[in-house]
Amino acid sequence: MSLRKTSIALSLFSSLTLSGVSQAASNLDQELQEYKTFAVNKIDGLVNQTQQFVDYLNAGKIDEAKALYPLVRMNFEAAEPIAESFGDLDPRIDARKADLEPGEKWTGFHPIEEILWVNNTTAGTEKYSVQLMSDVKELRAKVSTVEVTPELMVQGAVDLLNEVSTSKVSGEEEIFSHTDLYDFQGNIDGAEKIFVIFKPKLTALNADLVKTLELRFAEVNQLLAAQKVDGKFKFYNELNKDEVAGLAEAVNKLGEPLAQMGIILG
Amino acid sequence: MTVKRLSNTGEPSSLSRRRLLKGAAIGGSSLLVGKALAAPSAEPLSQAVTQTATQAISQEESSADSSHSIPFYGEHQAGITTPAQRDIYFIVLKLDNTDRQAVIELFKEWTRQAALLTQGNNIGPYSHNKFIPPADTGEADSLHAYNLSLTFGVSPSFLEKLGLQDKAPEAFKPLPHFPRDQLQDQYTGGDICIQACADDPQVAFHAIRQLVRHARTSMVSMLWAQNGFNAYNDVSHTPRNLFAFKDGTANALTLKDADKYIWVDDKSWMQGGSYMVVRRIQMHLETWDRTSYGEQENTFGRDKLSGAPMGQQHEFEPIDTTLKESNGAPVMPVDSHVHLAHRTGQQLLRRSYSYTGGINTLTSQYDAGLLFISFQKSPQQFITIQNSFGNTDKMNEYITHIGSGLFACFPGVKEGEYLGQALLEG
Repeated sequence: MSLRKTSIALSLFSSLTLSGVSQAASNLDQELQEYKTFAVNKIDGLVNQTQQFVDYLNAGKIDEAKALYPLVRMNFEAAEPIAESFGDLDPRIDARKADLEPGEKWTGFHPIEEILWVNNTTAGTEKYSVQLMSDVKELRAKVSTVEVTPELMVQGAVDLLNEVSTSKVSGEEEIFSHTDLYDFQGNIDGAEKIFVIFKPKLTALNADLVKTLELRFAEVNQLLAAQKVDGKFKFYNELNKDEVAGLAEAVNKLGEPLAQMGIILG
Repeated sequence: MTVKRLSNTGEPSSLSRRRLLKGAAIGGSSLLVGKALAAPSAEPLSQAVTQTATQAISQEESSADSSHSIPFYGEHQAGITTPAQRDIYFIVLKLDNTDRQAVIELFKEWTRQAALLTQGNNIGPYSHNKFIPPADTGEADSLHAYNLSLTFGVSPSFLEKLGLQDKAPEAFKPLPHFPRDQLQDQYTGGDICIQACADDPQVAFHAIRQLVRHARTSMVSMLWAQNGFNAYNDVSHTPRNLFAFKDGTANALTLKDADKYIWVDDKSWMQGGSYMVVRRIQMHLETWDRTSYGEQENTFGRDKLSGAPMGQQHEFEPIDTTLKESNGAPVMPVDSHVHLAHRTGQQLLRRSYSYTGGINTLTSQYDAGLLFISFQKSPQQFITIQNSFGNTDKMNEYITHIGSGLFACFPGVKEGEYLGQALLEG
């Protein structure tokens, strides 16, 4: 883990030493600021809704807690490129059971998810909820200090799509609650926000690309909307094979042109 | 932490994989060092690097030789009468966008890419901007063309989707159900096929990957694909399938009269094209392997070793189904595969590849078989032969047809034209 971080840091350094990049970056100040505001708002939402969620847990209000759970998490999923910037905070908040190394302590949303949906109780969640609250507050404090770079935005948008392709489509993100479609939508929202922020400059560079991306985002959002009943997403295990395949392919079709947003740094 | 930063060092690479090789040889880049390290020799590294560099340059020169690349432009598409290369990657696509102009643009772009790929080039140069993905995925960098051929075809449903069904020649309709067909949805249907054949599996896959990569954003989706292999010491030898019998002996006769058996001659958009039948045929290797030698030969109607028709000595001797044993029984069993095909009087060009795909955990058997591909002037040639097999063929005991497709492979392309032009503009 630490080795990987070092190599990422090194390659980041080498990318910033190129004059062409820093020139492009200096023209994107407004976009960077706009994205930072978006991310801070999402994390604010995360903190506030997590507090409400924890209150429900403490009050034993299981139905309310279950209903709020996926909505709290959407904030996190939308801002994940930023949330991931802070080392072990991301796994502390978001690690799935299958991610753990032997002997590693499991914290964050997902052990609470297991208790709520598998044990069908709020009892036993307090030993996780205290830490969760403190972790999301720490995340909020750190977000203020984060330096958003254009590379982080471009790569972050693609990474959000990759997250969908690898862990949402397979239904392995929310294996107990099956509320994966909320995370799915959160990831898409996060990627789309970056696209929207870049759109004016992208249009000047390649209007066709913008048209394609608008079309592809609309298609994914339409397919997601079709899985809502009374404003709530269906559980992922209620989707049939064709519906899952349709969503997966819509994300595939979006990912390829989305990666071309990097022309903004060219 | 999954946010990845991109490094931005090094020179943008050229379009030509051959130039890339040469540049690497002169520059002594890590590419070549890596290759030298991988070489199974105990030579000092410096010597190995020098030798590899020399080899790279000489390969560059020899790759200009036509034996390494197959011309893309011509009267017919390559990959039909082209001697079967060692490897195939075959894919079937669904057409998502039925706007005729958009489809024309797609086929123009595919024509451009195919002309580059078959000559050992990437589809585009790497960008100076390292914040976008490489224009070409690059796994064929430093690899030659390896006789790559790309063959494009469309199905009857392609014509329907574009409102061109009235242009479908009489015989061009979905294949009928054949006795014992066990077709699976995952290996049937589709609107477009692309056959990539090369003497290297990675070159074949690379080509398909490029052709699909940009097209799938708005034009197509992938339906099914199959890779496969042919093995021979010399390309003039008939390869053996996984039942260990020579497969394609009769092609010699078909090729002698290609205009009669292979090329369409109807003055339509298919003039100079050919119809492709593809069948994914599961071969039950376990049951075959416990079949006696004699029964195996009776099943094919050929000598296992030489490939000669039963009753003859050599592979290419003519089939004679009238030969009788002393007791009056036919030398070649009447329910053998060769006998049943031969009695139709029909010929087609077989261009099949074997496949293996791991173990079927349900049955504890190999998932293996034949990606049967045949080219013919009319689909009727295949239909007649397949119906002759019917329920009679001894081979039925050992195989199951699980995938199927019929595609009209366009005529060849002249420079300045594009694939399918006569259909799409006619």
